[in-house]
Amino acid sequence: MTGKRRDSGLVKAMPLLLPAYAWLTLAIFLPLSAMVYFSLLTSMSPSGQSATLTLGNYATFFSDPLYATLLVRSLELGLIVTLVCVLIGFPAAYVLAKIFKGRAREAIFLLVILPFWSNSLVRVFSWSMVLREGGILDTALNAILPFKVTFDLMYSYPAVIIGLVHSYLPYMVLTCYLSLQAIDDALIEAARSLGASRFTTLRRVIAPLALPGVLAGSALIFIPVVGSFMEPRILGGHGGTLYGTVIEDQFTAVYNWPLGAALSFILLAVVLVILLVSAPVLRKAA
Amino acid sequence: MARVEVQNVSLTFGVHKAVDDVSIAFEDGGFYALLGPSGSGKTTLLRMIAGFEFPDTGSIRIDGEAVENVPVNKRRIGMVFQNYALFPNMSVADNVAFGLEVRGEKGETLRREVADALDLVQLGALAKRRPHQLSGGQRQRVALARAIVTKPRVLLLDEPLSALDKALRTDMQVELKRIQREVGVTTIFVTHDQEEALSISDRIGILKDGRIVQEGAPEEIYDRPASEFAATFLGEANILSGTAENGRLRLDNGLAIDLPPEGGTVAGDFRCAIRPERVHLSALPDAATAGGQLQGVVKRRSFSGSLSTYVVDCGGKEIKSVVQRGGGTAIEIGRPVELRWNRDDLVMLPAA
Repeated sequence: MTGKRRDSGLVKAMPLLLPAYAWLTLAIFLPLSAMVYFSLLTSMSPSGQSATLTLGNYATFFSDPLYATLLVRSLELGLIVTLVCVLIGFPAAYVLAKIFKGRAREAIFLLVILPFWSNSLVRVFSWSMVLREGGILDTALNAILPFKVTFDLMYSYPAVIIGLVHSYLPYMVLTCYLSLQAIDDALIEAARSLGASRFTTLRRVIAPLALPGVLAGSALIFIPVVGSFMEPRILGGHGGTLYGTVIEDQFTAVYNWPLGAALSFILLAVVLVILLVSAPVLRKAA
Repeated sequence: MARVEVQNVSLTFGVHKAVDDVSIAFEDGGFYALLGPSGSGKTTLLRMIAGFEFPDTGSIRIDGEAVENVPVNKRRIGMVFQNYALFPNMSVADNVAFGLEVRGEKGETLRREVADALDLVQLGALAKRRPHQLSGGQRQRVALARAIVTKPRVLLLDEPLSALDKALRTDMQVELKRIQREVGVTTIFVTHDQEEALSISDRIGILKDGRIVQEGAPEEIYDRPASEFAATFLGEANILSGTAENGRLRLDNGLAIDLPPEGGTVAGDFRCAIRPERVHLSALPDAATAGGQLQGVVKRRSFSGSLSTYVVDCGGKEIKSVVQRGGGTAIEIGRPVELRWNRDDLVMLPAA
């Protein structure tokens, strides 16, 4: 009985599901399969010379330690940016969800999602104006401080972190906001009435209940940051050479698409392994 | 366990006076109900005693200690919330243990106290369950165990039974009363349900528009309401208004009734209340032979199991009478009746 009903439900749901799945198939699986194919070619030349299939591109990753070093650097960057986003985003989301109400909440929300409204390239370039020597931050600091400071963060690792945090912080604020907002205020009051300080309430009640939001935000940030190339290239200069910029080089500068594709799949595999390994741990924590 | 004393407490939200110069004392070990319609300030008063809100003026003392500026976690109170507010990420036992752990208790003492509290609410068998695996009544018991396990000085309950269905609510009222007696903690119970307030508490405070309009034992308030609001909010009442002179009350429709003995000296505009169950009816062959306090004609009647409610038209004024259904036959609609009551059952209300 129930099985039959579920079947007919699925049939009825098909018109609703089909557009999304058709789009996903076209937009993700086709290009992805094409990239799998590219990554196995010896070369791709516009002249149409015949290329043969090989695993050599994948072997390149292991033969040159530079790639592994860059991958570790990128994973490190992903961790740092995610951590900074948690530290900045969670308190902001808490204030938005639990302290501000009505108009004030809407206004602050607008500020949080404002980065989404501007073009990402414009955003990154505007940071370069702020961070460089003689830039907005440098001038402002020297105007306030009585002594002379030279402030030049441009083309440095911190600049990359600042730019990436700016780009990805809204994800953390939004996911944390959603899980914090779902926590009944009475739970917080109950903990307080039982003698818990604000900090104990945060640690024992709020944080465990908000953990799914923090994790969702972390996944949304960590994965793209590990593969990021625009912020490292523009804000990081020479120090900004990372795994993502190397992949980009293969596609846009060196025109070695097979190697670029192979490096991308290695990144994908590493990220998937990290998610799979951490899943049981996180599930236990949640 | 302690005496709670609220003195001249006021709290204003914006322009709305939520609590307006309230003074009330809750004696040690007593079971108090704060009763009032929504917006009467009863919950705000409770939240000020708890420490979630702080009064603009006035003082709150628990066990003689002024607490109006003490935060909630330092007041040593226990609170049960309307939706129970059990921590969904913890088991039943962990919920109950929370308040003890926060105080630094651990090991065998902690385990024993949690087990004792769960036994008290008869939920020892469900200690390992999660809140979402419990029924409404069971959650209610866990919330109660969690609130009393820390041995609070005062137990505060914010409409704790309103989410339960009627049969379960009656059971829980009895249960709550038993547990309160066993623990002996001063208990303050907020409700908008007058029957609940009457059946469960030792004393009732009635609130309206942020003020206490009457405070006393349930029987006292029911039998001697101090205002028309108290008379009609707590149970049903016939309100008789008119002009008093020489110990009689001339109603607005021209009929007159005797006032109680103490009403001999009043004069001018005046109101009295009488409970429907104190109005006795007897059917008359015809209107001419009528005696009693008032005469009228049965206009409507309804049955609710063991009781019959009659609405009698007395010269345009409708008076309700509730009678126990005995063996006798019911009085038909349209039949002339006489209404009798004991003069002492008539409650004189102050001029509005």
